[in-house]
Amino acid sequence: MQTVTLIPGDGIGPEISAAVVKIFDAAKAPIRWEERNVTAIKGPGGRWTIPPDAKESMDLSKIGLKGPLKTPIAAGHPSMNLLLRKTFDLYANVRPCVSIEGYRTPYTDVDLVTIRENTEGEYSGIEHVIVDGVVQSIKLITENASRRIAEYAFEYARNNQRSSVTAVHKANIMRMSDGLFLRKCREVAENYKDVKFTEMYLDTVCLNVSVAGLGSDRLVLTAGLGSDHRVHGTAPDIAGMDLANPTALLLSAVMMLRHMGLHGHAARIQTACFDTIREKKVLTKDLGGSSKCSEFTAEICRRVQDLD
Amino acid sequence: MSPASKNHEEEEEEEEEAMAAALRGTLVTLAKGLGGARLHQLASRPLSVSASLCGAESPPARADGTFKVTMVPGDGVGPELMTAVKDVFKAADIPVEFEEFHLSEVQNMASEEKLEQVLTSMKNNRVAIKGKIHTPMEFKGELASYEMKLRRELDLFANVVHVNSLPGYNTRHNNLDLVIIREQTEGEYSSLEHESVPGVIECLKIITRVKSRRIAKFAFDYATKKGRNKVTAVHKANIMKLGDGLFLQSCAEVAELYPKIKYETIIIDNCCMQLVQNPYQFDVLVMPNLYGNIIDNLAAGLVGGAGVVPGESYSAEYVVFETGARHPFAQAVGRNIANPTAMLLSAANMLRHLNLEYHSQMVSEAVKRVIKQGKVRTRDLGGYCTTGDFVHAVVENLRHRPVQ
Repeated sequence: MQTVTLIPGDGIGPEISAAVVKIFDAAKAPIRWEERNVTAIKGPGGRWTIPPDAKESMDLSKIGLKGPLKTPIAAGHPSMNLLLRKTFDLYANVRPCVSIEGYRTPYTDVDLVTIRENTEGEYSGIEHVIVDGVVQSIKLITENASRRIAEYAFEYARNNQRSSVTAVHKANIMRMSDGLFLRKCREVAENYKDVKFTEMYLDTVCLNVSVAGLGSDRLVLTAGLGSDHRVHGTAPDIAGMDLANPTALLLSAVMMLRHMGLHGHAARIQTACFDTIREKKVLTKDLGGSSKCSEFTAEICRRVQDLD
Repeated sequence: MSPASKNHEEEEEEEEEAMAAALRGTLVTLAKGLGGARLHQLASRPLSVSASLCGAESPPARADGTFKVTMVPGDGVGPELMTAVKDVFKAADIPVEFEEFHLSEVQNMASEEKLEQVLTSMKNNRVAIKGKIHTPMEFKGELASYEMKLRRELDLFANVVHVNSLPGYNTRHNNLDLVIIREQTEGEYSSLEHESVPGVIECLKIITRVKSRRIAKFAFDYATKKGRNKVTAVHKANIMKLGDGLFLQSCAEVAELYPKIKYETIIIDNCCMQLVQNPYQFDVLVMPNLYGNIIDNLAAGLVGGAGVVPGESYSAEYVVFETGARHPFAQAVGRNIANPTAMLLSAANMLRHLNLEYHSQMVSEAVKRVIKQGKVRTRDLGGYCTTGDFVHAVVENLRHRPVQ
């Protein structure tokens, strides 16, 4: 039995987290969920922190599953996601983008993984008002963080049999900062000769992605410039209405199972999920169907139990 | 059809032909015979959206009737694209004369004097057409590239990219019609970087109220002038609360002055996703520098890539026509494979700006006809033809080519 900290989050978060818990239950995965809330509180000294019980739980379990967190604009406290990242030094954000069989989109055969440096860059959160009407935001790039993320990317590529790593940057404009990032990537690439290393400008990547899809078997590295490819929003307009699609959170939970070494359970749950989508009989609204979240979840539970 | 009505039809056709011939003749006379200075004055009346901000000085008088336009071919396939433009203009007998300057950072043709020459020429002619001046990656001590310097000196603050689907060329999303307006003098590309401690580099992103208001006003003015319904501001104010927060605030303030135009906001990451899933929900988009770079290219990809999207950069007094997605495309140099569509459509836009509406339509219709016919297509659109073939086809399709 392993403990995992569960952070349901805001908006549709609680619904999809409940769905995941239910499916894991049906699959009899040996996970004990510890639910925690991470609304920011002002600690001693005026610094915003996450609640101490949440931090304790994560420190013990070392693994967390998190739903979407709301960051209201001008809320007075820093972004929740940023706070979590800084507290636990979550430096690498890994997002596999794979075409799901059975759900047609204009882009077929997509199979790429984006790895994003998550602690610095444009989202460092350091801003000042210089004079009234002039604001300065600082983009921070450090040698250590750049080297660390490059090493993570190449290790990931090696461990998951991916053939190439592409560094995405804007070093022709941001010469010093992205230049440093690029130099570190090149240095690390020297030690991983079995993985191909290429560099591409950010705008070229955007162009190629929307024209032809970035093909398969690539790993893309960004210094925090990136725009995301998956929904991670709280979707407040459908919260509480049993309409949300729990697939994204479910597949992340499957990644978690693989990380924990529980490959059997991971494979069963993933198969159940993909089969449900391929059959097209029970689909949530965003996938083109008319079923509710609970029905979709129940269908996956049924399949998982059948696969047992 | 009775013989009487048939004759009537023929008559009508003949009449139209006569009118067309007369118009043609008149135009040529107008361009060449009428005192050039007067025509030039009329034509250089500031037509850009920020007309109220333009200076009122009249340009130097000209003896001939042609317009002078600065041309900077730039790097990569720039020179080839410029040749395409010149060939088409020559075949269509368009009254535009180009003043060429070869400014390039990577080919070692850059220097302060050259830059000064280009700037003087641009300030004189007020209209320019250019390719991309590539910015080398090696940090040679200069933080601002020549492209950036040009933009700053001329204060080309607004970059407008027209994302229109080409009839006859199908992509995953057809019938698109977006306009992307990008602030391009501040934001992330401020070229302000320093190494505070060895191994730690800070790059400053500057957002000011003045410039944010200016680009917002430009966007709403543009939308009003072109009869658009909605302006969407793209930002990341949930993370950069002060910086993008200021940008959003400025946009909202300006939006109140235009009650007929709908104003919305969207976060950059969601915007990218929505563009790829359902681009039809957008109309005019306005955003700061870096997001503009991202969205320009993403949107260009939706309609066929960097080879088909025209764009221009405006300041209060000058306008520079170029492609929408600015890439030197160095791999194609000398191979005659680049697609000149974007540059030709941009040149057509330039002609419209110079009030040469007839010639503008002639060029753009010829290009669109070639694309629609689908027989002559460059590689990026799935064909096998060379740049030269495409230009030849466009020249062939120029309607009402003046009789030699």
